[in-house]
Amino acid sequence: MKAGKQTWIFDNRPTILATAVVGGPREARGPLAEDFDLLHDDLLFGEKSFEKAERKLLEEACELAIRKADLKQEDIEFMLAGDLSNQIISSTFTSRGLAIPYLGLFGACSTSMEALALGALIVDTKFGNNVLCGTASHYAAVEKQYRYPTEYGSQKPDTAQWTVTGAGAAVLGQAGQGPQVVSATIGKVIDMGLKDPFNMGAAMAPAAVDTISAHCQDLDITPDHYDLIATGDLGRYGHALTLELFPKYHIDMPREKYVDCGMMIYYEHQPMLFAGASGTACSATVTYGHILNRMRKGELKRVLIVATGALLSPMSYQQKESIPCIAHAVAIEYSE
Amino acid sequence: MSEQKQHILTEKEYQKIVKDKEPKRPVVRNCIRAFLVGGFICMLGQAISDIYIYFFNFTEKSAGNPTSATLIFISVLLTSLGIYDHIAQWAGAGTAIPVTGFANSMASAALEHRTEGYVLGVGSNMFKLAGSVIVFGVFSAFIIALIRTLVSMIGGA
Repeated sequence: MKAGKQTWIFDNRPTILATAVVGGPREARGPLAEDFDLLHDDLLFGEKSFEKAERKLLEEACELAIRKADLKQEDIEFMLAGDLSNQIISSTFTSRGLAIPYLGLFGACSTSMEALALGALIVDTKFGNNVLCGTASHYAAVEKQYRYPTEYGSQKPDTAQWTVTGAGAAVLGQAGQGPQVVSATIGKVIDMGLKDPFNMGAAMAPAAVDTISAHCQDLDITPDHYDLIATGDLGRYGHALTLELFPKYHIDMPREKYVDCGMMIYYEHQPMLFAGASGTACSATVTYGHILNRMRKGELKRVLIVATGALLSPMSYQQKESIPCIAHAVAIEYSE
Repeated sequence: MSEQKQHILTEKEYQKIVKDKEPKRPVVRNCIRAFLVGGFICMLGQAISDIYIYFFNFTEKSAGNPTSATLIFISVLLTSLGIYDHIAQWAGAGTAIPVTGFANSMASAALEHRTEGYVLGVGSNMFKLAGSVIVFGVFSAFIIALIRTLVSMIGGA
């Protein structure tokens, strides 16, 4: 059912049957290491290229999630996945191995919640019973795609972010026990004319606030409705800007309830951290690992995940275009 | 909540907020670091050059090339070991401007694109970053040479 302008309410409450998160060496040294199902201690995982390594992350996360849901590959009817590589090769190549009907998505770092929202829509409308949603990103593959060679000695400003090496996958099924996807707000592309690709948090913050505002208006609720509201990867400066923007959008956001996944996955003292973490895997690993684990432990009942994405390309940046951004919000509730 | 009209923030207003919140680039600190590291690399170059002159019978003029080659070797080695980018994050222009920076830009691009093969990967991407340095370096050298020639022609006449 559609509510308001851009929100879907899932009356049949699709359930997240299982999730799996995989990470790299830097994530293994971070504060959320225990929430990962599998951690690798180098960046290549025995593969020949970083692109293959990224694919391996997604393959592992998908296979683990299916296994944890007590299902077989054949039981999964649809797969929704995306990543940051050109032509989303990691997702496509992963689905080649899994042989599940597949829809490839690109929403930059918002892909995690884009996939979950669409997956929930498929399950809610009973167009499918078991749907797999996954995303992956790999630090070195993303640097190569968007920026400079990884070993190139360029000085990055404090507003830069570090891409998460990891993957997160979730298996959605018909109503049952556990975390349930209750609603989703599809974001609009927002462009405030910012052009600095080393300050994506600032570019994405208005998109996050716009989507949160739309979500609250469409459902006629306040942020207080949730125990936790997490944005995807705004980082320290983006997070601070968001707090500044809430009053302007007339959102009464309780400070202690609002977190950013990009500030959670690493310790502040980890080297070359800059403003925090980013990448499609940032919101996916933190949500499917840490946040859902907290829900399973009973610490959180209702959460809103607002995955943010900067929809630029290296070429659009070179052609002096500004950075269009998007945010998709998915509300998850825990049902005993 | 639902009845409230949201305040529409203009691009200009938002860009001002971002500017106020954005951490200032520590220009003075970066300059000092660049001076120290850049100076250290030059000092290292001088020491290497002296070694070539005193121990290997090079002259002050002929020691230039082997000195550059040695610095390039050190830079490539540090790049391949994954150390150079960490030094560069601290040093900024200090590691980018000397010949070591040029070597790093080529070595890092070559390493990065090794997976696409030697011809289409390494060969065609090696100058991805260094290419513009060469193009504009050669071009400026040409202009300077042209000016110098013209000046000497006028002066000679």
